[in-house]
Amino acid sequence: MALQSLDIKQRSATTTPSTQVRQTIEIAKLIDVSACIGCKACQVACSEWNDIRDEVGNCHGVYDNPMDLTAKSWTVMRFTEVEQNDKLEWLIRKDGCMHCADPGCLKACPAPGAIVQYSNGIVDFHQENCIGCGYCVTGCPFNVPRISKEDSKAYKCSLCSDRVAVNQAPACVKACPTGAIQFGSKGDMKDYAAKRVADLQERGYAQAGLYDPQGVGGTHVMYVLHHADKPDLYAGLPANPSISPLVALWKGFAKPLATLALAGVALGSLFHYVTKGPNEVSKETEDEIEREDREKEDAR
Amino acid sequence: MIRDPKDLKRYEPAERANHWVVGISFILLALSGLAFFHPAFYPLTQLFGGPVWTRILHPYLGVLMALSFAALSFRFWHLNKMTPADKAWLGRVGEMVSGDDHNMPEQGKYNGGQKVLFWALIGCMSLIAVSGLLIWRAWFGFDITLVRLGAVVHAAAAAVMIGLIMVHVYAAIWVKGTIRAMWYGTVTRAWAKQHHRGWYRQVTGK
Repeated sequence: MALQSLDIKQRSATTTPSTQVRQTIEIAKLIDVSACIGCKACQVACSEWNDIRDEVGNCHGVYDNPMDLTAKSWTVMRFTEVEQNDKLEWLIRKDGCMHCADPGCLKACPAPGAIVQYSNGIVDFHQENCIGCGYCVTGCPFNVPRISKEDSKAYKCSLCSDRVAVNQAPACVKACPTGAIQFGSKGDMKDYAAKRVADLQERGYAQAGLYDPQGVGGTHVMYVLHHADKPDLYAGLPANPSISPLVALWKGFAKPLATLALAGVALGSLFHYVTKGPNEVSKETEDEIEREDREKEDAR
Repeated sequence: MIRDPKDLKRYEPAERANHWVVGISFILLALSGLAFFHPAFYPLTQLFGGPVWTRILHPYLGVLMALSFAALSFRFWHLNKMTPADKAWLGRVGEMVSGDDHNMPEQGKYNGGQKVLFWALIGCMSLIAVSGLLIWRAWFGFDITLVRLGAVVHAAAAAVMIGLIMVHVYAAIWVKGTIRAMWYGTVTRAWAKQHHRGWYRQVTGK
């Protein structure tokens, strides 16, 4: 990669190592759910910076708009009303790619270089290499990638890799009016989160905590949750996300083994032929048939 | 083409044509499928006009193969019922493989090995067809767990099927005088008498 800040650490469908000689700073985006007011400025900023314009759509009677992530909406606010401690709570979670350290999408992708992970931790889709198979959707534990109906390519949040590459914070971070979205090194974000969590615990949210799920090796988008013991409350945020065992089996050791087994069958057949020789009709049987023919001729 | 009027007819033209449609679609499917199976095979996508075309074409070829395979198995299933003689044959398959077929039990149109292959292929093809629909995102959007299961089953059953077909093709190359049955439908009487004596008796009345 031309930019040092975009050194590629992992590349889809590639069996040799990517850039390893240096480690750039690992970055993270921290979304403090407790400070979010649901204004959707982040959604607008995302659309603006990335030049994507989703359809305006219709009102569904709820605040969510659009109702789901799409190839043109890489982040959406998800609004949930829950009752906790006998109080109504309005939970708002900014959904989008979590930029997993162990990305299921990248693991599942069959197209070399269609999905990359930079050494700073960002997982990025390179649509020019994408073949539109949707395996990234199959691999993702967070249901994030979307296949465009227009070009059959997969899209999702890039964490504004183009901005981060030149030392700028992602567009959503810039636009957030309450400071609910923070950006910096992963270490700094964890420190910042610890302060927020302490503050929330002091204010009566005993279960407040950081969401940085270790099942996917940690994420480069983290949440501060008031109810970190129940992530599911936040529009189905998975409690213990990990790459599905089915995907791990599908993309793990089984394939090299199967490839070797097939090579074994092919080579085994070749050497069987070379060592045992062809299975020809025996001279004996041929002679028998000829004799019968002759006898029949003679009888006439 | 009649090489020798005394040759025995093993396959009708329609059966041969059906087999070739299955065979051609299988080869195209194996090549395009392997391209997505492991990165080592990804260059095979160039045979199909590039990776995106490979992704687009593979499932349609799959539909062609599933349908033509179903037709072929419908033609042959009644000839592939297992009998005690088949089991006896399978019990001594080691002798056959080591190149000594003198003591093998008498076999009908198909031997025990061919019948096992027939049913194994039907199993693989069914799994591949159903799982293929589950992961065909251009047309379908199934529940994610089903899609994940489909992806595993599709890859596993296809790998087994490719292995079985390798054995099928090798057996035809190994047993001399077999491949012509696929081309023009006939085999020599000597071939039939040696390899499928029961069938030989049945068609010649001897």
